[in-house]
Amino acid sequence: MPSAAETLRRTALHDRHAAAGARLVPFAGWEMPVQYEGVRQEHLAVRRHAGVFDVSHMGEVETSGPDAEAFLQRLLSNDVTNLAEGGAQYSLLCREDGGVLDDLFTYRLPGAQPRFLTVTNASNHERDFAWLAEHAEGFDVTVTDAAERYAMLAVQGPEARAAVASLADGELPARMRTATLTVAGAECLICGTGYTGEDGVEVLVAPEQAAAVWDALLAAGVTPAGLAARDTLRLEACFHLYGNDLSLDRNPIEAGLGWACKLDTGFVGSEALRGFEPADALVPFAFTGPGIPRQGNPVRTEYGDGVVTSGTMSPCLEVGIGMAYVPAAAARPGTPIEVDVRGKPRAAEVRPKPLYKH
Amino acid sequence: MAAEYPEDLKYHPEHDWARIEGDVATFGITWYAQDALGEVVFYDPPEVGATVSKDQTYAEVESVKAVSDVFAPLSGEIVEVNGALTDAPEKINSDPYGDGWLVKVRLSDQSELETLLDVAAYRDLLA
Repeated sequence: MPSAAETLRRTALHDRHAAAGARLVPFAGWEMPVQYEGVRQEHLAVRRHAGVFDVSHMGEVETSGPDAEAFLQRLLSNDVTNLAEGGAQYSLLCREDGGVLDDLFTYRLPGAQPRFLTVTNASNHERDFAWLAEHAEGFDVTVTDAAERYAMLAVQGPEARAAVASLADGELPARMRTATLTVAGAECLICGTGYTGEDGVEVLVAPEQAAAVWDALLAAGVTPAGLAARDTLRLEACFHLYGNDLSLDRNPIEAGLGWACKLDTGFVGSEALRGFEPADALVPFAFTGPGIPRQGNPVRTEYGDGVVTSGTMSPCLEVGIGMAYVPAAAARPGTPIEVDVRGKPRAAEVRPKPLYKH
Repeated sequence: MAAEYPEDLKYHPEHDWARIEGDVATFGITWYAQDALGEVVFYDPPEVGATVSKDQTYAEVESVKAVSDVFAPLSGEIVEVNGALTDAPEKINSDPYGDGWLVKVRLSDQSELETLLDVAAYRDLLA
């Protein structure tokens, strides 16, 4: 097999992954650990104890200056004026037509000057940064590509907070809050956010100090977990994945993210969403018999056809699960649907969110 | 678990094996195939009585992340499927040449045996 390693970017923890026996795969231009011991064990370690994911491929954009809040209010779908200092907020970045460019977490950093850090998906980072930079005209802001400044670790699971707290010099932030703390000797921005449906934190740290944090977490008993487990965990929790469940062809209302769209703020895309009556809805579903749904599988319902956007075998529920766009009339939990898995009709049922909860 | 390729099996280049016992052969996937796929979480067996053709797919095994077609190393009629895999598909990983067998097939063309690889030739293919 030809080595693509020369053209793929490596995180600051690449050596640690190799040493831990990770299977490394190309992902959004990065060479990333997809699994270590195995996706099931890693998934269950996060559900029962604590796991750590290297998500340093994710990007960061820093927005600062007197107009930073007004600028982000114009670009992000949520109400940025509700984002307190030290807080975290989820939002969408939309085009004028409402198509989703990315889904993002934004943190309002402490300081005399307004300063925000927005975390981007790796595959969208350059497009997001370009979009933000080109819309900055007329605002007194500085938009900086800060991706090189940070490695990012997600520490997730019922024991995650205790593990991080044992290494930190202060109290961890509450859910949806941030704090700057020293962890294992490294200054870190700790965020009470995650993508697994478990309690935990995400840690932003200078790349050259990431290994010290990683090593300390492993020594504290945290299990290294790969992108495969990250995907099964987020799907059980019904969190969207850009490129699967979100795209330029779908708007946030169809995707069930209307709660993160505050139309009165006048953000780019809000006009297109005003009064929009979605024909389709993104719904979680679970198989009631054998099989595993996969992205792109056709869906049949009593009310018309749909398509699977994410699918996997749920390690906790031990059945095939997924998310699909279906006609809005078929979105009610309990509605029977049929998924065509490579020519085989598989029985499924629309379920409430999340698919799995403790 | 280290890579293992038993001497007594015949191999197909699509990483399938056959254990020949008279006119019946047992089929499965090789250590290499299960390792590349990762933890198998679903096996969709064919029906007993179905016909399989050499080099054609007859079943699917799936890991959390991927689907893999399983190719028949030889032609014949399925006489038994490994029902234990429905509840424990991970046996395909833990014991690919034993409890992880997939089907038993009554062979329809013994001359096809000559086209399969012995263990040395299969190892060369993997190298």
